[in-house]
Order: sequence, then structure tokens, then C-alpha cells
Amino acid sequence: MTSITGVGVSPGRVIGPVLQMPPAVAEPAPGAGLPAGATAEGEAERLRAAAKTVQAALKDRAAGARKEAAEVLQATALMAADPMLLKSAVKLLEAGRGTERAIWEAAEQVAEQLKSLGGYMAERATDVLDVRARIVAELRGEPAPGIPASDVPFVLAAEDLAPADTATLDPALVLALVTSGGGPQSHTAIIARSLGLPAVVAATGATKLAPGTEVFVDGATGIVTSSPGEAERDLATAYASREPLQPFDGTGMTADGHLVPLLSNVGGGHDALKAAEAGAEGVGLLRTEFCFLNRDAEPTIDEQVAAYKAVFDAFPAKKVVVRTLDAGADKSLPFLTDSTEPNPALGVRGYRTDLATPGVLERQLQAIATAAGQSEAEVWVMAPMISTAEEASRFAGLCQAAGLETPGVMVEVPSAAVTAGSVLKRVDFASIGTNDLTQYTMAADRQLGPLAALNDPWQPAVLHLVKATVDGAASLQEAPKPVGVCGEAAADPALAVVLVGLGINSLSMSARSLAAVAAVLKSVPLEQAQQLAALALRADSAAEARAAVRAELPLLETLGL
Amino acid sequence: MPERIATVASRVGLHARPAAIFAEAAGDQPVEVTIALEGAPADEAMDASSILSLMSLGAEHGSKVVLRAEGDGADAALDALVQVLETDHDAE
Repeated sequence: MTSITGVGVSPGRVIGPVLQMPPAVAEPAPGAGLPAGATAEGEAERLRAAAKTVQAALKDRAAGARKEAAEVLQATALMAADPMLLKSAVKLLEAGRGTERAIWEAAEQVAEQLKSLGGYMAERATDVLDVRARIVAELRGEPAPGIPASDVPFVLAAEDLAPADTATLDPALVLALVTSGGGPQSHTAIIARSLGLPAVVAATGATKLAPGTEVFVDGATGIVTSSPGEAERDLATAYASREPLQPFDGTGMTADGHLVPLLSNVGGGHDALKAAEAGAEGVGLLRTEFCFLNRDAEPTIDEQVAAYKAVFDAFPAKKVVVRTLDAGADKSLPFLTDSTEPNPALGVRGYRTDLATPGVLERQLQAIATAAGQSEAEVWVMAPMISTAEEASRFAGLCQAAGLETPGVMVEVPSAAVTAGSVLKRVDFASIGTNDLTQYTMAADRQLGPLAALNDPWQPAVLHLVKATVDGAASLQEAPKPVGVCGEAAADPALAVVLVGLGINSLSMSARSLAAVAAVLKSVPLEQAQQLAALALRADSAAEARAAVRAELPLLETLGL
Repeated sequence: MPERIATVASRVGLHARPAAIFAEAAGDQPVEVTIALEGAPADEAMDASSILSLMSLGAEHGSKVVLRAEGDGADAALDALVQVLETDHDAE
């Protein structure tokens, strides 16, 4: 029995055989011509045969897939031996290209053509490139790229997953995800949470697990054990027979009735409707940049009003906290961000873009005010990446000028947490973005897999800054101002209890996490949450804090969280 | 050369599943069949069994297309394919 440890990003305990995701197919060298002794005619035959094999394999998979996936796979199978694609590849062969290079370039041209048609056709370009990779792998005698085919459920091991892999990932067949790369915000983590699959990322050695080996995966603790024993089997059995989660009833509170509104993070009107259906008591974070990703130019005020109103209308008489455009670092908006910065995470991002590109923020606030005027939601507005009380004060002034009554700030930069008392004098509330607060506190880029252990919101230093923010808010002469949390931390049921114990007033998370957080919170009286918070603050490491708190929350086991 | 004019019945046009069904049916015919939008020059007609060609044709719901084929069984092949095009596969 050997174990590797990564970072657990989606809870659950399962046992199953490992299958490895093959590495991506490498591009054939541009200069590669026909190998000595080969003829264009012979190679054309070899290419057609490879295409037929790929087509047959895809058809087989289509036969075993669910309806929607089956239709996509059937269309992809037809593309694999498409006469037009093969004809252009053969032309390139006759012009002297190597076989792999010929199909590579022919597919590239078709994909470009489809992309230029836009919309649905542009999305199909990905399928053409997928088919190309499969044909090249077949020509080389390598395993087919993508999620391996299997008749039995398995644990998928990979370096990291790409968004495109989601489409072919069958949650009925994949038991868990284990990756050597990635971090808590990687695509693997996001995919796993959205499908409710246990997942461990940043597990060094994951790609070395021999295919077929039986492993135990614990998506809460991040442990992956080969050749599991009796204890692991019991844990997996207990998880399989866990109590089902009750849906969230719409009122977040502790066991003794201390109210903690549970809100949702949304990126647009569609998300907002789903969140409202899941019982969210409002929106704790509207990521406005998500309405406008992939845009070259600033959206017009009318477009913005429509996008925001769609969210507000999903929550009449409820709170909706709008975050102004948070461009920069991993989310670039060409009209706001300079992509050539040497260190984008520490660059002109969030609220700071207003200095480099004045006007965009004021127009956005105007659009938010207009949309708020046309709906019944209680609209609060906050600026991302506030570092000083002066910035908070200036932002509050801009909100006032736009007619927005409740200005607030995100606390993501340690300086804002440490000086929360003076920052909050200027605004009405704070919301802690734990993902960025963790990255800046630990000085660890959240995109980097090797730093995933540092990028853990259970780090005692991060919890101390959460406490500093709450203390700052409580130190004001007037009534204390509300402090919420809207990062991934709020979606971890154990950590949510700690946050409430630290004095956090509301928690905002993806709609999927509401039921689990609500159930665990309701099992704990406020006083116990405060004791658990003290326990976590005293811990010497993130792992120790997590283990100490989880040990006191037996419901986590019962629910398999 | 035998030819037929057909109206695309699928609501999404000749994309996605309808294109796959049509390309597969065209590939099953004993003769080579070409497809073009009505009014397009005959030498710009494309291989009807190529799903990638069909997708780039841009035939929408209600578009009229011309099918052409030559040789033994051409008429039967064209009739069969017109039937496929004029069925709304999304309604099934």
C-alpha cells in the first residue's frame, strides 16, 4: 500500500482501477517530407486506413454513449474519414509533405474555415482538430488522445484536464479525477465540482500510476492510495451509502438560529436563475466581466443594463452584490488590460484599471444604477482589488455620483485586511475574496500546480487576515459593517463553519455547494463555530487546521463531504 | 445529368445531426452525389457525403439545394436523398 498526497478539491471517497489520460499528440515537424522509399500513393492508402480505423473507433464509442454525446460522436466519426478532408490531405502528400504533416495541415485549413463561419460551425472546429490528433496518433501507433475508453468505471489520472475534455467525460464511468498538475482553481477542479466527482489535484506521481492499478481516492483530504486495504474499503463503502443531501431550504443558519445568509456567485442571468432555483438568498458576487469576456471593445451602456437586469430580475427584493469589472491577470479584457505586463497578478487589474483607462468604471456604475432602477433587487456594488482607504473612499464617491447607495470593497489584498478599520470607514460593507487573498498572502500564483499547497485558504495566515477584517469592521464607532466571504473557501462546508465562527456575516458560493454548506452549518451552534475558528487560528499548518476542525464535525463523514 | 431540387426541412439547417444523417446517406449510395445551393454554378458543387463540406455550405432551414449524380442508379439515389433532406430530423 503506497500513497501520494495532493490537494483535495472536490470531496468523496471511491476505489477503482486507474486509467491514464494519454499525453497530447505532438505536432509533426513542419519540414517533414515523405520518408525514403515511401510513395505518395502508398502513403495515401495508409492515411485512408488510419482514418477508417479512427472512424470505426468513434462509431463504437457513439454506440455506447448517452444520446447527446452519441450524436456528437457520430458527427465526429463522419469527419474522421471525410472525403473532402482526405482529398486535401492527399493533395498535400502529392506535393511532397509527410503523411502526418499532410493530414495535420489539411485539417488546420478546414478548422480555420469553420472558425471563420463563426457560431456553431466555429465550435465544430475543435472536433476537426480532435479527429486530426486521433489520426496522427493512429499513424504513429500511439494510444488515441482524449479520455480513454472503458467498459468499467475508473479513476482518471492525467497531468491536467482541458475544458474540451468535459464534453467526453462520462460521469457514470469516471469515478474520480487525479491530476499531477493544476491547483484548486484549475479546470480539473472546476469540472470535478460541477459534476460532483471526487478529485485530487497537484498529486505528484499521479501520471506514474500504472494503468489498471486499484486506487483509493479521498477528494477531501487529497490522499490517493494504491492497493487499498480494509480501512479504505470501509471508507469507500460508507461514502457509497452516504445520506443524500437535503436541498437547501432558503435560510442559512447555525443550529441555534444565528442567521448567515447563503448567497450565490453568478456570471450572468442564466446562472442567476439556476442559483435562485437552488434556494440562494441572493447574489454575493456578480462577476460582471463574465458577461463580457472575449469582447474587444467596451460593451455599450444599454448592453450592460440588459445583462445586469437579467440577474437582478432573478432576485426581486433580495440582495445582489455587483462586482465592477475585474479585468487583468487570468481574465483579460482587451479594452482594459495590458497583456504585456511582466507580472499581471501584481499589475493594473481590478479597480486599478480605472487609473489607466478612466471612464469605463463610471459608465459601468451608471449602467448598474439604471438596471437597479428598473428592477426590485437590493443592489450593492463593490470594487475588486482595493488596497487602501483612499481607493475605497474614491470608489464610494463614484458610486454616490452614479446614485448607487451601498458601496463596498473586496478584501483580496492583505493591506486592505490589515487596515480594514479605516477602509470600512469609507464604505458600507466588505466581501473577502479568499482565492486572491490566499494568493497574495502566501505570495503563490494560484495558477501554478506546484504551489497548490500554499494556495490553500485553510492556511492559518489567511484565516488571521479574515479575522483582522472582521475585527476592523467591528472597531468602528458606528454599528459594525457586514463582512461576507465570496471565494471558494465559502463552498467548503468545514471552512464555512470556521468563517462563521470568525464573525463572517454571509457566505457566497456556487449554487451547487449551497445544500452541503447549509446542512453542515445547521448542525453547529454559533459558540462551537467560534471554538472551531479558534482551533484553526492556533494551528501550525493548513493541514493541521483542516484536520482539527474536520475531526469535530462528524456530520461531514455521514454526508460524505 | 439527373438532378433534383430539395428544400432543407431541418429547423437548424444542414448542420449538426441533420448534416451527419445526410452525409451518411449520401455515402451509402452506389453513385457519387454532389450538392450545391440553388443558383450556384455547377462546378462549385461539393461532395454530398462530406460532412465538412455540408457544414460549410451554409444551407439554412428552407434553403433550396441542387443534388446531382450520374450513372446507374442515379435517379433512385437522388430520390432517396431528397427524402432525407425534406424530413425534419429534429422533430423526431
